[in-house]
Amino acid sequence: MSDKQEYRSTIWEEDAEIDNPFAAKSNYCHGYNVYEDILPHAGWFDYIYVLFKGEKPTANQAILFEKLAIAIANPGPKDSSIRAAMNGGVGGSTHASSLIAALAVGAGQYGGSHEVHIVMQLWQTCGYDLEKWRLKLQDPVDDKRADVWLPMEHAPGFDPNIPNCPTTIKTMLSYLSSKSDGEALPWLLDNRLALEESVGYSLATSGVAAAALVDLGFDLHQATMLYLILRLPGAAAHALEQRKRKWNEFPFFGDAIELADDPGFKGIPDMEALLCHWKI
Amino acid sequence: MSLEDLELSENHLLTVMGKAFFTERVVYRGRDLHHEVCKGDWFSHYLFGITGRDFSVKEKQLLNFVWSCTSFPDPSIWPNTNSSLGGAARTTASLSLIAGMAISEASIYGRRPEIRSIDFLFRAAHSIEGGESLSTVIENEIEQHQIIYGYGRPLARQDERVPHILQKMIELELGLDGGHGKYVTLALQIHRYLNDKKGLSINAAALISAVCADMGFDAKEYNLFLFPTFLAGMLPCYIEARDKKEGCFFPIRCTSIRYEGKARRSW
Repeated sequence: MSDKQEYRSTIWEEDAEIDNPFAAKSNYCHGYNVYEDILPHAGWFDYIYVLFKGEKPTANQAILFEKLAIAIANPGPKDSSIRAAMNGGVGGSTHASSLIAALAVGAGQYGGSHEVHIVMQLWQTCGYDLEKWRLKLQDPVDDKRADVWLPMEHAPGFDPNIPNCPTTIKTMLSYLSSKSDGEALPWLLDNRLALEESVGYSLATSGVAAAALVDLGFDLHQATMLYLILRLPGAAAHALEQRKRKWNEFPFFGDAIELADDPGFKGIPDMEALLCHWKI
Repeated sequence: MSLEDLELSENHLLTVMGKAFFTERVVYRGRDLHHEVCKGDWFSHYLFGITGRDFSVKEKQLLNFVWSCTSFPDPSIWPNTNSSLGGAARTTASLSLIAGMAISEASIYGRRPEIRSIDFLFRAAHSIEGGESLSTVIENEIEQHQIIYGYGRPLARQDERVPHILQKMIELELGLDGGHGKYVTLALQIHRYLNDKKGLSINAAALISAVCADMGFDAKEYNLFLFPTFLAGMLPCYIEARDKKEGCFFPIRCTSIRYEGKARRSW
């Protein structure tokens, strides 16, 4: 028998029931009693903030956090992560697999959480220096070694396929900036046009979200996780919607695929002859 | 990229990778799937899917050995632990295995060290061919990145897979051994240097990287090749946990969470 294994944590503590060391009598999150104190007194975003940061948010931080969550909760069926979830829904895949699909695709560096991760690194490097941003957006990742992540192909936080900033992005940035006690969102609002002119295309949701997450005091790893989590509600809802609809109403791109190197039809065994062979 | 790129891609994909002509045939990277690709084994199919190339029987035997020798059915290995937890939690078989596969793209083991290792071998060989000494290349890498992926091991001082792979290479007479394999030789020279100077031994990531580099894999192909390499180890772990009493895979008691945070306080 080996020594008892332990998980060390600065987040979570449990008191055991007297009659069962595996069942909790009380749970504490960063020192707060979860069921006796947090549950009756805290809002959802207060609790999530405490989980990640260890301290309660200010009233304004809690509002900004919730408004960010609303802004990114559902990127809609055009988004790759939502499409991945819907592909699970339409085929009747397990609910978990639809969310796993949304997380996996939504983790990418074109519109996904790894893009937020890189933008968060740029906030650390560039701060509120416009010239530094202009420079780093052209070459955002210093480490050129091969990695599980591919080289960045566009300015992170911006969308190379959208030349002009859409109204939704401008509205989101303006509103979230009005709710922020921090400096990143207002700075981005003031410098959006200059940055877009520098990169040649529009600010993206990932760029706005990263600025909000900076103003909320999250580090780049916390921001990456939260961007994944906060976009899941839309993935779940759209997966469930497609699950109830007819599969033959769902997009199927077969006819749009053109094969450039088709070896041609080489025949198929005769099914009737084979059934005969089996005496059926 | 531009708006025009989106419009051109909206309803058209020109591909050389394949297409299913349902009820009739399937084309796989230019070959008829059922007439050509299926005549070989699945392992050959997988390698062809990654590289578009065919490998010799001996190369496939070595690559197959690499896969198998990295699939440990030990539930204490974290990806396997996840598959066991999935079994004990009575989730589905696929989700249990995905839980293990997903975390195999780790930073201290698995996919990142592997791709970083082959990348270092490529860069090291290039620098040495450019006139730098082996010691300079190694010391520069350590100074710049504080680590040489593929050397040393988090849980053990030596990697038991390494001598088995080297022995298999000799048995197969592939021509990668005895100084003929450029990258394998380089990987072992680095091992000798690091072992003498720092007490670090080569691990399977560096040797497998070298084997694959000598077979012509690039870093992206290598990453895809190793994707399922832990999978065969996860299956027994999942099965055993699934077949034991639910919730009984190394259960954690309340006091096994050692709290090191803030003192208890009121909201």
